[in-house]
Amino acid sequence: MHIPDGFINIPTASASAALAVAGLGYSVRAAKEKLDEKAAPLVGLVAVFIFAGQMINFPVAAGTSGHLLGAVLAAVLVGPHAAALALTVVLAIQALLFADGGLTALGLNVFNMAIVGVWGGYGAFLLVRKVLRSTRSAVLVGSAIAAFISVPLAATAFSLQYAIGGQGTFAASTVFAAMFSTHIVIGIGEAVITTLTVGAILKTRPDLVFGMKKAKA
Amino acid sequence: MKNKRFYLIGLTVAVVLAGFLSFYASSSPDGLEKVAIDLGFIDTAKESAVADSALADYGVAGVENERLSVGLAGILGVIATGAIMMIIMRLIGRKKD
Repeated sequence: MHIPDGFINIPTASASAALAVAGLGYSVRAAKEKLDEKAAPLVGLVAVFIFAGQMINFPVAAGTSGHLLGAVLAAVLVGPHAAALALTVVLAIQALLFADGGLTALGLNVFNMAIVGVWGGYGAFLLVRKVLRSTRSAVLVGSAIAAFISVPLAATAFSLQYAIGGQGTFAASTVFAAMFSTHIVIGIGEAVITTLTVGAILKTRPDLVFGMKKAKA
Repeated sequence: MKNKRFYLIGLTVAVVLAGFLSFYASSSPDGLEKVAIDLGFIDTAKESAVADSALADYGVAGVENERLSVGLAGILGVIATGAIMMIIMRLIGRKKD
């Protein structure tokens, strides 16, 4: 889902970058407040795992692949504030070192994945967890549903950016329909990877999982 | 599970994914690319300013063996990501005091 340079015009990219910076500013303040020092290594590990996971494209429908987004995975493990920072680090490294995602498009990508994907996905997670009374299985079900939703959610954010500043001449509704339907399928893979990973960590080190803390969430 | 063991296993999984399994990743276009190709706006994409850099497109420039090239790029990416993330976390932690 990494937007290359050129898809979206510069004014829209700049506006997205400004929103992304505002979202990151909030995330940094929240992280300072809510994270204890013990959490830092897990944030590092989560960033590294997402970078690695995003290299593994899995086949979905004919001639299409998808890969981990990691927004909900990170949010459940380290909280949405640190997750937004982790996704941003991954996206910045991909754009700067690996030419994956455009440089002028970095603000678009950070907005869609690190802000909308993380905070929107975490909102969905909290909602499900609340409905299911905050048990351990509620954390797993919440992770699965939120991860599934986060992918078409980020795709919808792209569709909005395309509607505002797309350089192609296609109807916004056409782009939205194609993006949404494709990314719903990729969302299934996202849910599987997220649930398996959160499940493995809940089994070994439940004390580290941010999404298990009731008071802090 | 002890901290050391937990982080060692986690890091190993990341290195295996980025360094070895990445070679077997699907090379089909991803969701956004596929939509752009199908609808026809893929040609509005411009090459990144760093498209010729040493690690562009997850390969190490000059390394002919594809398996080695993508694997090395992946491991370098893991190191860079981990290092930058830990530096940021340290900066955030320090300002609290």
